[in-house]
Amino acid sequence: MPDVLSIVVVETDRERAFMIVDGLREAGDFDIQVISEPSGLARQIQMRDPDVVLIDIANPSRDVLEELTLATGPKERPVAMFVDRSEDGLSAAAVEAGVSAYVVDGLQPARLKPVLDAAIARFRLFQRMRTELAEAKRALEERKVIDRAKGMVMKARGIGEDEAYALLRKAAMDQNKRVADVAQALVTAAGLLA
Amino acid sequence: MSATRIPAGYVPLTDAAPLIAAQEMGFAAEERLILELHPAASWSSLRDMLAFGQVDAAQMLAPVPIAAALGLGGVSAPLSVLSVLSVNGTVIGVSSSLARRLADAGYRLSFHDAVSAGKALIAAAGPDLRIGVPFPFSMHAELLTYWLNGLGPDTPRDFGIRTVPPPLMAEAVRNGEIDAFCVGEPWGSMAVEQGAGALLLPGRAIWSFAPEKVLAVRGAWAEAEPDLSGRLIRALWRAGRWLADPASRGLAAEILSARRYLDLPAEIIERALSGKFTVTPQGLQREAPGFIGFHDGAAGFPWRSQAQWIALQLAQRNGLERETALAKAGQVFRSDLYRNALRGTGADLPGACSKLEGAIRAMLLPAGESEAVSLLQNRFFDGRVFDPQAEV
Repeated sequence: MPDVLSIVVVETDRERAFMIVDGLREAGDFDIQVISEPSGLARQIQMRDPDVVLIDIANPSRDVLEELTLATGPKERPVAMFVDRSEDGLSAAAVEAGVSAYVVDGLQPARLKPVLDAAIARFRLFQRMRTELAEAKRALEERKVIDRAKGMVMKARGIGEDEAYALLRKAAMDQNKRVADVAQALVTAAGLLA
Repeated sequence: MSATRIPAGYVPLTDAAPLIAAQEMGFAAEERLILELHPAASWSSLRDMLAFGQVDAAQMLAPVPIAAALGLGGVSAPLSVLSVLSVNGTVIGVSSSLARRLADAGYRLSFHDAVSAGKALIAAAGPDLRIGVPFPFSMHAELLTYWLNGLGPDTPRDFGIRTVPPPLMAEAVRNGEIDAFCVGEPWGSMAVEQGAGALLLPGRAIWSFAPEKVLAVRGAWAEAEPDLSGRLIRALWRAGRWLADPASRGLAAEILSARRYLDLPAEIIERALSGKFTVTPQGLQREAPGFIGFHDGAAGFPWRSQAQWIALQLAQRNGLERETALAKAGQVFRSDLYRNALRGTGADLPGACSKLEGAIRAMLLPAGESEAVSLLQNRFFDGRVFDPQAEV
């Protein structure tokens, strides 16, 4: 038996796979391989025969893995289990984070936990980054709309930029709305009247 | 009084209809329930979501809670079955090349005779037939094993059953990873639609009254929430009754086809509901009356004998003790809770918790709590009768 724990990560999303791999690398010295093709999973896993498989809970191929762990049974891959049930919170956290882990019987939970913790932490980081990215995109869109509305007010009233923005902001405050929403309403209305 | 939210999971399939209809058509609201429906990509993740409390109720393959009770599979949290959500509803299909070999051998796709279809399949496929099913613990796997093993000495001993998730079935058959498949609709029809294969038989040709999907909850939840369990059972019973009405088909198919549910064309979903199938990519039409059952024949009643039939098949294949398996399985299907929930509603309630499986050749009216309960044909393709009492 080689000393290095071998891990296969089943993940079709390339970026997310990289995140998980990075997370695992930081946690320790593992032999990591990524399978990104959901079909033919059984063949690929059997070929690589890893100690641990990390798979996205939302991946339909998880059922294939379940079969595999049952079928290879007590020989090479003793009935694999879902994240250790005795550790409160860990299993729930893993499911919540979308990462589930299958563990070879006899593997020390102490060895596994940091692996999983890292994967979970990485996954959450990725989720957070995705949320932040979406936020940033939205802010950029709003910025554009506000600029267009500002330009329209400047032209219609023959006033400067700061004054136009102050007008927009006042309208927003009076109507208890966000500046972006008032700007959007203005742009939409202008489109109708044009 | 305000409504109670129940997080409930399902896998995108035609037979998730009772849960979806219960929420969409207001049957849940009638019981002051809001079903928060969570789709799951795989049966193992849905089972774990239920076991770990992410959802409180879930659509489940009938054998999954029984396998859990027998200690098979990843999670062995005790699960209880409150009702049967659907009876039958699966199709068996073959790859296009196997369909050609069947045709060359003179077999016509009759779509009803399990004996001739099975013999033709074995002859055409050769000794290493590989068949895809959605999950190791599924009625699909049980029906296939029962069917092929029951065809006599010519059956290949080592035909292989492989797990392939329903949405990947068409691809697996096209890539030659499997030669045949058994899958819940609409994924069989999708395989035909994508030109990957042809349909050979409806699952009901093997067992005409096989419990397919059940409503499962955690055992502890069922004990702690008798009121919610009862309301859930009643809401789903009403949804099943609505789905069984032919007038509801069009709307049911439309609702299921929505992006947040199955996200597939309503026309394809409707094939299972109407029993009118297109079985080859060339457009051959076949009918399978009663292809899927949601209500008639006391379909929702969780018979202990159904659970015990499943348990014995599982025990046989996994080398478990028969008597223990029978006893454990008997406690998983909660006929008692189902009966209590529906007493007084006018629902068909059988007087017993167990029956002879496979013994009804035609519609029958045995005595039930509500005067007469009409049971539908319940027959195995080989005519065998399963008597749980005689198995001990």
